[in-house]
Amino acid sequence: MQRNLNREKLHGLTYAVGNENILCEMPNVPVRPLFDDSVVEFLNCLSKKILADRASRRFPDVVTFAFWIRKGSLLELKKTYGSTAEGCHSVGRGMIFHIAPSNVPVNYAYSLVTGLLGGNANVVKIPSKSFEQVTLINRAIRECLEENGQMRPYIVLVQYGHEKDINDALSEYAGGRVIWGGDRTIGEIRKSPLQARGVEITFADRYSLAVIDADKYLSECDKKKTAQDFYNDTYLTDQNACTSPRAVIWTGSRICEAKECFWSELYALVKEKYELQPVQAVNKLTSAFLLAAAREGVRKEPAQDNRIVRMHVETLDDTIMELKDNSGYFFEYDCENIDELEAVCSNTHCQTITYIGESSMFDSLLAKGLQGVDRIVPMGQSMDFEFIWDGYQLLQQLSRTIRVR
Amino acid sequence: MEYEKILDIAPYSLDKEAKIQCMTKRQADLTLHHFRNCEAYRRMAESVGLNEQELQKFDGTEKTYYDLPFLPVRLFKELDLKSVPDEEIFKTMTSSGTTGQAVSKIYLDRATASNQQKTMVKIVSDFTGSSRMPMLIIDCPSVVKNRAMFSARGAGILGFSIFGLDKTYALNDDMQLDIEAVQAFLQKHAGKRILLFGFTFMIWQHFYQELVRLKEQGTVFDFSNAVMIHGGGWKKLISQAVSQEDFKKRFQEVCGLSNIHDYYGMVEQTGCIYMQCEYGHLHASIFSDVIVRDPVTFAPAPVGEKGIVQVVSMIPQSYPGHSLLTEDEGILLGEDDCPCGRKGKYFKILGRLKNAEIRGCSDTYAEKFK
Repeated sequence: MQRNLNREKLHGLTYAVGNENILCEMPNVPVRPLFDDSVVEFLNCLSKKILADRASRRFPDVVTFAFWIRKGSLLELKKTYGSTAEGCHSVGRGMIFHIAPSNVPVNYAYSLVTGLLGGNANVVKIPSKSFEQVTLINRAIRECLEENGQMRPYIVLVQYGHEKDINDALSEYAGGRVIWGGDRTIGEIRKSPLQARGVEITFADRYSLAVIDADKYLSECDKKKTAQDFYNDTYLTDQNACTSPRAVIWTGSRICEAKECFWSELYALVKEKYELQPVQAVNKLTSAFLLAAAREGVRKEPAQDNRIVRMHVETLDDTIMELKDNSGYFFEYDCENIDELEAVCSNTHCQTITYIGESSMFDSLLAKGLQGVDRIVPMGQSMDFEFIWDGYQLLQQLSRTIRVR
Repeated sequence: MEYEKILDIAPYSLDKEAKIQCMTKRQADLTLHHFRNCEAYRRMAESVGLNEQELQKFDGTEKTYYDLPFLPVRLFKELDLKSVPDEEIFKTMTSSGTTGQAVSKIYLDRATASNQQKTMVKIVSDFTGSSRMPMLIIDCPSVVKNRAMFSARGAGILGFSIFGLDKTYALNDDMQLDIEAVQAFLQKHAGKRILLFGFTFMIWQHFYQELVRLKEQGTVFDFSNAVMIHGGGWKKLISQAVSQEDFKKRFQEVCGLSNIHDYYGMVEQTGCIYMQCEYGHLHASIFSDVIVRDPVTFAPAPVGEKGIVQVVSMIPQSYPGHSLLTEDEGILLGEDDCPCGRKGKYFKILGRLKNAEIRGCSDTYAEKFK
């Protein structure tokens, strides 16, 4: 049966890659196996194009993306994520509708690649704001598609506002929908029904934590590198990514000494690199007082200025996250036993723990049957994209497995 | 330090040193009062290391009112902050936020409300003289009718009404200029000094524009013997590219009005308004002060440097609003040396702080649906 998108409902779309005809036909495109060779070749071509473009070099996020989709890198990933059991055969779900976050430039490209490697055709809503990174990657995609028309039916990138008609049309025949951007976006998009067998991956509002073993930090870490790692996890995205730690939790025997060193190294870096806007300073002070008003025993740690605001708290639980802020605003907690973190981790909103120390220190905590915590990764790697993200095995979600006996 | 004693001092008579002494004393007293009577305030103050013992250091030498905590004004939207028992609350003032926005709630007892009014009389009289004048209010009557919830606009009008006789509204409830009422008012008070009061944007939109239209049709009003006081911010006029200078010049042209004073003030510190002098400078009286703070360090900024405006008032007893960080950007022009002769700081307001473009994967798609 031929299923085409409803053209009437597509008014207001701008096409950055592809066109209306390709989009309307998308539900009928043949699915491909996981890590299909032609997809890998296409992405390798894209990688080369991006890396050959001198303009890319100014954007570390673009370069990182380009390296990630090199053939060598993809074949490595295929070993881990591409294998299926005997008598099983994984293929795409059909058309996937991605709604990318509007203020992280390269994220849409990772979402697209995941959809492609899963064997699907993809329509991606990309940021409406103009980012040079987006322009650059899209140009490379168009060039690759011109050289290799085979993938043309599988990629359409669009921009539009908040038209529900368009959401309706793009959802109607989608085999899967990937929504980045938080609870309210998810709520809006969900007003448009998916087909009955459509699957949905939603990246909701989350909070993340950092746990530092003070002894390990003092004895083993390169202090400047650690500061840079923490900076990348936080200030680089205004501490407003779902992966950005909102709380810094200290364990070990030399906490005082470690704090002193950690925060002064970070301060030097933040002072050099981060531009704090006046309204952010006012917001952070407001948040500090709202927290203090709500809880007994809160202490705003003395600081040279407003670049780093540290709020020492006597107890740490999930309710404190209703009072979180960004742009360099941290809850700080001295922890005697890692199991104390159950209260803040056992909430479905709790996403990433970045740490310094041994990952085994979380074993007993995880054994408690937490509702939250999807990722535990070394400090500095909170943003590194993986096919297991936010608790989902993305490629499995975006494909289906055919059983043959 | 009793507020009555402060009220006896002429509003622009203290120089820097005298003001620091007087203000530190009163501010330390108010801080202690709120510390003891408002639990949320105590916790906030404690979170930045303040306690009763520490407060004794505020003697005007070791520490001054510059060193006391300041609360961001948004806290009054998020929290109910008061330092008196509920039964002593005499009225609640609210900021005039647009529909759907959170509004500030300011709780007043009789003493605080009365001190606000007395203070305003002292300040405004310094500019207009102490005798009352026939008053034309450039607004509509309905804005003050709902007394239960005082909006900033209503409160401003009522506050200034004490300077007026024969108070007349220039606009009807559809915000149309009531030409007959204005003509009758002018005839009745011909030759007398009259007072015009209203909010900057309302005045421009519903009064000035109408005067221009009428003049083109041959009807001219003469306001050459009037004094106009207006406040409420320039945001909307800036978007229409009307500067303060244009505003004054065009009023002079259309109706001969030349005695115009802007003022800066906010519902969170009613009473302590900052009037604009003949030289176009906003002035802090002895009842309050402005401290311009560096956005990154919050250190006081020197004369001539932009920063975030903190306002300090000697009045608030029923709510902990004696020291507030606004969301306005300003610049200190000088202290004790304005050519108009008034002592104290004089300054300029540059407008609201710009909203930050925050990165990260938070929800911006749905902002529009709020």
